[in-house]
Amino acid sequence: MNEMQLKFLSRSENEVFARNVVAAFALPLSPTLSELSDVKTAVSEAVTNCIVHGYRGGEGWVTLACKTEGAWLHIEISDSGSGIDDISKALTPFYTSLPEEERSGMGFTIMQTFMSDFSVQSEKGKGTTVRMSKQFGAKAEGDAR
Amino acid sequence: MRTQSARRGDSLYIYLTGELDEHSVAAARAEADGLIDSNAGLSRAVFNLAGVKFMDSTGIGFLIGRYKRLKRYGMGMFVEEPNAGADKILQLSGLYSIMPKL
Repeated sequence: MNEMQLKFLSRSENEVFARNVVAAFALPLSPTLSELSDVKTAVSEAVTNCIVHGYRGGEGWVTLACKTEGAWLHIEISDSGSGIDDISKALTPFYTSLPEEERSGMGFTIMQTFMSDFSVQSEKGKGTTVRMSKQFGAKAEGDAR
Repeated sequence: MRTQSARRGDSLYIYLTGELDEHSVAAARAEADGLIDSNAGLSRAVFNLAGVKFMDSTGIGFLIGRYKRLKRYGMGMFVEEPNAGADKILQLSGLYSIMPKL
């Protein structure tokens, strides 16, 4: 078992930083390339949400906490931003609260599809926390480790 | 994100290289739109994703935006050589139904 915590500003250049940090942290679990790609994509979606929706382009702190447990990687990503108005709407594929901004509305769908477990907790005006986990080696995959 | 282009017959090829996310998308959008506008008479555009090492759902929004722009010019859109990660996202979002993979 291993743990880490990280706090960084809600700047878009930190998206690549966050997803690469999580990938590096997960490496001892020997994920496949495809599992690693799933995790990086899910982290990128969650961090993008903090930046674009949580803080709406303004500056605030994003916290990232990771834990490994056996073959599992647990990830928690939080902001103290605006919170989500309607979570079930936000989870609907292709729904976006910012339709004028050329957004796909697929962020939560990707997190749910690419990770083994997913949950989101949000309070209006207080912020949002996404928790997601990935079990590595859960199914036989074609690519090399 | 780096953008290069080539014209072959009546097709515009747009080659994207790098990581496509919220941070890089604005520049990629401006460059791709410039290329589309200056090749508006062609019949189709092919986005080559071989150099895209990483893409999240920002890439879906980016591709749909370019699809709409091309449609206004009466141009079709195609995608080729996505890596496994990009391919998974494009399939999940159903994008290949409007921009087939070559």
